[in-house]
Amino acid sequence: MIADPLPSPGPARTASAGDGQGEGAPLAHSPVPPAEAGTQPEPLLSELSSPGVKGHQLPVLDVPEAELPDTRFELKLPEIGELDVVRHFTHLSQRNYAIDSGFYPLGSCTMKYNPKINEDVARLPGIAHIHPLAPDETVQGALQLIYDLERLLAEVTGFTAASLQPLAGAQGEFAGMLMIRAYHLARGDTRRRKVLVPDSAHGTNPATAAMCGFHTVAIPTDSHGNVDLDRLESELDDTVVGLMLTNPNTLGLFEQRLLDVTDAVHRAGGLVYGDGANLNAILGIVKPAEMGFDVLHINVHKTFSTPHGTGGPGAGPVVVSDKLEPFLPAPAVVRRMDGAYALDFDRPRSIGRLSYHGHFGILARGYTYIRMHGAEGLRQLSETAVLNANYLRSLLRDVFDVPFDRGCMHEFVLSARSLKAAHGIRTLDVAKRLIDYNIHPPTIYFPLIVDEGLLIEPTESESKRTLDTFAAVMRQIAGEAAEDPELLTTAPHYSPVRRLDEVTAARKPILRW
Amino acid sequence: MPAFTQLSPADREEMLRTIGAGSVEELFGDVPAGARFPRLDLPPELTEMEAGRHLAQIAGDNVSVKDWPCFIGGGAYNHYSPAAVSHLMGLPQFYTAYTPYQAEISQGTLQAMFEFQSLSCELLGMDVANGSVYDGASAVGEALLMAQRITQRERAVFAGSLNPHWQAVARTYVSAREVEIVSSEVAVEAGQLRESRLLDLVDGHTACVVVQQPDFFGHIHDLDGLAEAVHERGALLIVCVADPTSLGLLKTPGAWGADIATAEGQPLGLPLQYGGPWAGLMACRGEHIRQLPGRIAGQTTDHDGRRGFVLTLQAREQHIRREKATSNICTSQTLLAIGITAYLSLLGPSGLREVARQSHAKAAYFASRAPGAYQVLTPPPFYNELLLACPLPATEVRSRLVGRQLLGGLPVGRDYPELEHGLLLAFTEQNTKAEIDRLVEALEEAAA
Repeated sequence: MIADPLPSPGPARTASAGDGQGEGAPLAHSPVPPAEAGTQPEPLLSELSSPGVKGHQLPVLDVPEAELPDTRFELKLPEIGELDVVRHFTHLSQRNYAIDSGFYPLGSCTMKYNPKINEDVARLPGIAHIHPLAPDETVQGALQLIYDLERLLAEVTGFTAASLQPLAGAQGEFAGMLMIRAYHLARGDTRRRKVLVPDSAHGTNPATAAMCGFHTVAIPTDSHGNVDLDRLESELDDTVVGLMLTNPNTLGLFEQRLLDVTDAVHRAGGLVYGDGANLNAILGIVKPAEMGFDVLHINVHKTFSTPHGTGGPGAGPVVVSDKLEPFLPAPAVVRRMDGAYALDFDRPRSIGRLSYHGHFGILARGYTYIRMHGAEGLRQLSETAVLNANYLRSLLRDVFDVPFDRGCMHEFVLSARSLKAAHGIRTLDVAKRLIDYNIHPPTIYFPLIVDEGLLIEPTESESKRTLDTFAAVMRQIAGEAAEDPELLTTAPHYSPVRRLDEVTAARKPILRW
Repeated sequence: MPAFTQLSPADREEMLRTIGAGSVEELFGDVPAGARFPRLDLPPELTEMEAGRHLAQIAGDNVSVKDWPCFIGGGAYNHYSPAAVSHLMGLPQFYTAYTPYQAEISQGTLQAMFEFQSLSCELLGMDVANGSVYDGASAVGEALLMAQRITQRERAVFAGSLNPHWQAVARTYVSAREVEIVSSEVAVEAGQLRESRLLDLVDGHTACVVVQQPDFFGHIHDLDGLAEAVHERGALLIVCVADPTSLGLLKTPGAWGADIATAEGQPLGLPLQYGGPWAGLMACRGEHIRQLPGRIAGQTTDHDGRRGFVLTLQAREQHIRREKATSNICTSQTLLAIGITAYLSLLGPSGLREVARQSHAKAAYFASRAPGAYQVLTPPPFYNELLLACPLPATEVRSRLVGRQLLGGLPVGRDYPELEHGLLLAFTEQNTKAEIDRLVEALEEAAA
């Protein structure tokens, strides 16, 4: 089963590599093998500054000088030459783990490959260098892209309309819940204040509900990993705004009684908000609109391959059914009778504006990705993501605990609770030890309802060889936990830094130089 | 096999055997049978070559600021970005990494965030900053929510000269709360823009006063005494900056006494991209740090005593606090923040000052050459933007400028109906004297 020899933990760092760094102190000069790029500490920009050095050139002013009042007294920016700026950021990037450098099975984040063509198209001058307030007649290509992408996203999810304005998933949630709020209010239904959120949900769900002025009630998960339908029904009354539901849920499981869940909410007069975080599992498999969802946000940076950019930018379009369409963010992109595209600001029932036209540079990448797949390609993509996850789950189910033992979708949850009971090894230790094998740890301690949980999402991008290697490493780490638990509790040993003191960081915050 | 996957047919068979499934379809047994495997009506798939061609065609239907001279501002500015900036944002170990959940292998991101926070503080003259929010508009919305949490008051006072797009987004942010937002009046008196007194709108329920400096029309306000007066009434002062290159020369929000400062980061080296992704800068006085939304990096030490960086003060955030979080924001715009950090490092103090000096000088040059049929409504002092009263509706002037291959400013009539003839023009160091002369000539023709 194991195609390659098992990887051994990473190279030992030079003993003195970390000496002498700190507040402007001279760095230790130790020899470093080339393979250890990134292990050396990098000074702060402020420590690289030399007065009088410049990293730029600007043309000589070609119009008369004009004085400005209120000149600020001092401006303490670093003064560094271009080469040293380039090296600084290159060194910093080498101190990061990234998809391009290794396996990144971070559950719920869909760390799939970010195709290079996306980056090329996003840098075309007609994509990268157009002004958001340019006259419509000069940006017909951009408006067409937005118009077409809205329709592609609506088709894939089964909805009738879309807005690309939300800048990230959390803003998509906000837009969706504001639309649901507007829908109830438009019907004179003013008593609804209660939002139901499964206890497995992302933290953004309850935070969003709070931003919309609602209070939340957590619905427990049953022993099969589904929403507890009885508990849900007991909360359904005429004060319910709706349910915020992630499906497949954050355990990587498809709700087995999904239609009963959405029916029950609708019967109580509530609407169902779909968190599209896990859309990667169901492209061409099922359309959320056909399962009772009224609105869904889409994480373009997950499902449609746009880069995660060290934590942003994302893009969080919303797709809606007919009944929520009037409330979509304004302006909308419309196609006029003469075939020209235009921005329509006349949307009196809209929830308002969230941005100019969304994260257009990201949306152009997502559009490219969808066009490169087509209907069949998208379905095969989700099938492959689910195949990879189930395969990996099969390889690991005898090594770690499986809290919900049924077939998964694109991700699955394991638990290290037996390791904890037997050897005092926590999930955190397993994660840190994975770093020594040059693998990014899965999402840990999420969803909150799983004791010592590891949420693993391999995505469709990965080869069987990579999955086999990961499984073998996990097996080896489980063995290490039994034989030499300290190896895990003190891990990582080969990363640029060791475990960091987060407690002091929060107690005595140092947030700037 | 779909694009960007790597399983051979033999791999698939072996994997299915390991799982114990007869086919991939079997893995979807929990999906309601009636809805399973729907038809998707999508255009046929494109190869990489075809996709590249298709997107080039779409891009070709747009006029970029590389094609025509651009005098549009209004919250986004065509400043020069050194070549190194986009290359550094394009380093794969930045752009294909994610949130620094595992600090030991995310030191690059975390240190860059720390540097960005430091530069944000320096630029804005504030004590502490976060690792960025979506953009300048959402920063205003978040600042408003933050002021409400701090003061436990709900009312907000906006300067009428606060960017109307920001006003609209901020209103969306608080739209689900019973918040009254009042704005000062903007009007033309004796040939110049005038704004009614902000302080007259502040009362005992006011959480914050929000001003833009320089304002939407380019005017640089004298904010002396404003912070004190606002504080006397128990409210906070929020100062927002649309074009932070202005801070190369101008007094900082902190120096004006701001409690919270925000800025749009796009002008600091980021491409316009039809509105995003950009990054919002957000900073505050030290005492309010625990009400600041978004990610924050902090310096600490590792097990061996080496300097390192972590995400910190996370007890403010949604993944810990859920419904009690300061915001639902989950992402930050770190990649863009890295671009801004690179830009500010390359420009340094002398470069940013020079960008500010030149941008202002170009606007001043235009003002001195504005054709007689037009009138500059923005009172001095101004930075790099001016509201021009046109002899005909500004949308008509803009169309005529498009006919002359000029991206000639922003008509403001949709947001300020009484200023239907108002055209907002912006200038940067990229606008040459020849371009400005062309604009002057085209405006003369448009009026003829």
